[in-house]
Amino acid sequence: MKAFGFLILFVKLGLVTGALLIMAAYLVLLERKLLGRFQIRYGPNRVGPFGLLQPLADGIKMLLKEDTIPAGADRIIFLLAPAIVATMALLIFAVVPFGDDLILWGQRVPLVISDLNVGLLFVLALSSLSVYGLALGGWASNSKYSLLGGIRGVAQMISYELSLGLSLVPVVMLARSFSLVDIVNAQAHYPFILVLPVSFIIFLVSAMAEAKRLPFDLPEAENELLAGFHTEYSGMRFGLFFVGEYVTMIVMGSLIAVFFLGGWRGPVLPPLVWFLLKVLMVPLLMIWTRATLPRLRYDQLMHFGWKLLVPVALLNIVITGGIILWTGL
Amino acid sequence: MDEEKPNVLKTGFEALKGLADSYAVTLKHLFRKPITEEYPEFKRQLPARSRGRIVLTRDPDGDERCVACYLCSAVCPVSCISMESAERTDGRRYAAWFCINFARCIYCGFCEEACPTLAIQLTPDFEFCQYDILDFVAEKEDLLVNHGGKNPEYNFYRHAGVKEKGDKGTHLNEDPPVNVRSNMP
Repeated sequence: MKAFGFLILFVKLGLVTGALLIMAAYLVLLERKLLGRFQIRYGPNRVGPFGLLQPLADGIKMLLKEDTIPAGADRIIFLLAPAIVATMALLIFAVVPFGDDLILWGQRVPLVISDLNVGLLFVLALSSLSVYGLALGGWASNSKYSLLGGIRGVAQMISYELSLGLSLVPVVMLARSFSLVDIVNAQAHYPFILVLPVSFIIFLVSAMAEAKRLPFDLPEAENELLAGFHTEYSGMRFGLFFVGEYVTMIVMGSLIAVFFLGGWRGPVLPPLVWFLLKVLMVPLLMIWTRATLPRLRYDQLMHFGWKLLVPVALLNIVITGGIILWTGL
Repeated sequence: MDEEKPNVLKTGFEALKGLADSYAVTLKHLFRKPITEEYPEFKRQLPARSRGRIVLTRDPDGDERCVACYLCSAVCPVSCISMESAERTDGRRYAAWFCINFARCIYCGFCEEACPTLAIQLTPDFEFCQYDILDFVAEKEDLLVNHGGKNPEYNFYRHAGVKEKGDKGTHLNEDPPVNVRSNMP
């Protein structure tokens, strides 16, 4: 029985990791295609039918490229930093439930890798840790652009981590649990977005900042910092930063699905389809935003985070708590 | 006058409207037909004066125009044109050999501007990739075409006061020769 459990766990691990990486690769293609259409041109359409083999071509290209290390770089940290970003992004998905329990050969198989009872804290902790990859990568590159990008990244991500965490407090108050499985189960009748719209908006904006997406992409800011913290990276190490960014987009999508949209719950369609639909909405919105909004100035970014999002999130907690006490939910 | 107090509700509404409008604009563009011309399948007709592959043209009589004056070679910023001049029995100059290294050429068109006989001309043709860099070296027989290019009627020897073809005073727009002894003021 124990062996069966381990087998199932490994199968789930392999499937989830593979699915995440493939989704990240195709999200890159989707983004390039959609951005193309937003700018009235076709995106990549040469490799395979409709350009569907483009991610494969990109992957081969990156694997075959020379892995350069700049002179004066801190070699070990420089080599490790991309792995931190990609690993942390992938690890977050370990606590995300993506379907109802499955019955296989008389065994209950929960469709979540680990139902951690402090899942929400685990998520926040890991997304904080991924800042290290960015900061150390920027610092170890021995380049001013990388360093500036790293510094900006740290400042931005620490600021937005606060509102990210604060916006989740009402969710925990309603679900009365830190476990993501319990949070999904608490939304059996209605998704939390209906009762916590303010939390949802704060989380969405902070998630964009956490994923370093466009109005908040100051750590990379092409036209000021070349490529920010990953300026000096090449080959698959650059690819890992890239994978990390796109996996983060998917993970942020799945977190929004779990916290506000009711996870895999939904009528008619099977749970996994509902989950994928909800997850994909956030990356699509991020791409749409990238095609729409210009980059914020750095002080605007800090003002927005500290003077608007954090106070509103705090107020939101107090008001939600008051209403919960008043109505005795 | 103290400045007017900003109305929080009004500015907030305006900010939200600005956001929503810009999202609407990009969404509209998502459903427009792309304006891309997909190159290998669709080839646009390039303007006649586009600067592509270089040719050596002929005058209306069918004779080559180049008189091997070396002006194109001299003006070429990357020194990709080389030749050796020779003379026919009637004194008409021509290029014994003429070669352009297209691997070096930057298609600036200076040679065309420098040419006194309109012999060397740039054409809109730009699709001549090669796998071997030596294949880019074009010899005279590769460069010569049997037409007059952009100015098919022009013939250098009918205009210029050069004696090789036709005597003095017989060229187009040329006055009869002046007797210098009777031409005193």
